Amino acid sequence: MRKIKELILEKLIFICGIASIFFVVLIFLFLLKEGFALFKTVLPADFLFGRKWYPISEPAQLGILPLILGSLLVTFGAALISIPIGVASAIYIAEVAPAKSKEILKAGIELLAAIPSVVLGFIGMVTLVPWVKKLFHLPTGLTALSGSIMLAFMAMPTIVSIAEDALYSVPKTYKEGALALGATHWQAIWRVMLPAASSGILAAVMLGIGRVIGETMAVMMITGNAAVMPTSILQPVRTLTATIAAEMGEAVVGSEHYFALFAIGIVLFVISFAVNVGADLFLHKKR
Amino acid sequence: MDIKVSGLNLWYGDFHALKDVHALFCAKKITAIIGPSGCGKSTLLRVFNRMNDLVEGARIKGEVVIERENILDEDTDLVKLRKRVGMVFQRPNPFPLSVLENVIFGLKIHGLANKYEAEETAEQSLKSVLLWDELKDKLNKPALGLSLEQKQRLCIARLISVKPDILLMDEPCSALDPQATQRIEELMRELKTNYTIIIVTHNMQQAARVSDDTGFMLLGELVEFAKTEEIFTKPKDRRTEDYITGRYG
Repeated sequence: MRKIKELILEKLIFICGIASIFFVVLIFLFLLKEGFALFKTVLPADFLFGRKWYPISEPAQLGILPLILGSLLVTFGAALISIPIGVASAIYIAEVAPAKSKEILKAGIELLAAIPSVVLGFIGMVTLVPWVKKLFHLPTGLTALSGSIMLAFMAMPTIVSIAEDALYSVPKTYKEGALALGATHWQAIWRVMLPAASSGILAAVMLGIGRVIGETMAVMMITGNAAVMPTSILQPVRTLTATIAAEMGEAVVGSEHYFALFAIGIVLFVISFAVNVGADLFLHKKR
Repeated sequence: MDIKVSGLNLWYGDFHALKDVHALFCAKKITAIIGPSGCGKSTLLRVFNRMNDLVEGARIKGEVVIERENILDEDTDLVKLRKRVGMVFQRPNPFPLSVLENVIFGLKIHGLANKYEAEETAEQSLKSVLLWDELKDKLNKPALGLSLEQKQRLCIARLISVKPDILLMDEPCSALDPQATQRIEELMRELKTNYTIIIVTHNMQQAARVSDDTGFMLLGELVEFAKTEEIFTKPKDRRTEDYITGRYG
């Protein structure tokens, strides 16, 4: 009896485990099938490097270079803001903050992560956007910069909490050793603890960036959604994700436009995959 | 450089960990501190480089004088103190950096040397712990890949490179096998010509083998402090005798 129970449980767990892989493969295949259908009529090079995205004009122009650059620009800006602040904040929480404020800070950061992105986007729209407009004397505050700042807020909780974990799990003996050699607290952090936690911190950064690339709602609300080649961070841009979200509803199923949106999905997938593989390679090189 | 301890008391919260300790640790000698676990021997060692400051709720009273300076004073420069009083830990703790970076770590943080001098010092330090021949071609390899004994030697080299006067060793051989232990002990004998060495050990044979003076601690008290031969052959205190002969701890 007991044996049968074991057997059933084992199989059940096996099915659960395999299910996730099964669904991933299924989704991936569907994405590939629908996306690659586009390349029967449009050259991949024209799609990737075309500078014009006019999906419903006649004939449709399906170049996504402005969208790719829009995504990269917003992501890059967000990374530039969130990585230094996030890592510094992790250092403060892990090493400097007194026990009481540490708990409060950690709770605050978790709360920040819990804010739905649409709410953040909404708040950004009514506060950040007018502010950017006024500060830079722009015709509109719906710019790549606004998107970057908002996305930085979204990447920060991930970066802070994972980097803090990484710093916290650095063996205490490293810090003791450094202090016993006469290092100051900051030297111990900078020269020993950060290098020791570097893999975890890198993972934190990558996951933060991953969240930013995939983010849709908030960017759609505050980047202005102009599918033009970005020339400045103070200009409206359109990201890959926002394009899919905004246009999927109105694209005719089976049309070129519809397939093009799936192809954008593939591009997004490739970018986030590359981010992960890049992080992985870097980690192994380090060791 | 001598260390003179008088009227030293230390509390962790309500726990009285060191009770009125008086002792004189002599320069260019190895002094062993022995006693059962929890007797306060590591705590005493950590007073000398103020590592107890890291423990929350620790309070100290008394005097520890190194070169006419009471290091327990509020305004003691901890960076200077710890540069002068180095510590080797129970578990070898090289940093997750290369061998070379480990050895010159102290030089770097104290801004002591340019690149050329640093490499020179690294070579001397590694030679003095007898690691140079083994590691001279592996200076850029990660230190975490070394054997335990090599790691412990590297940690000692890391100390020596900042030219301290006093070496504190907190059970430096407890993670090592007997052969490695023997070689580290030989190294200690060589080093004592230049340094004041204080070693905490739970291994009485080790204390008898390497030390010149020995202190026996029990429940936070320094019960007896004398020449090693005296402690091991004709201890004055009954409790010391009980411990040495194995009726204790």
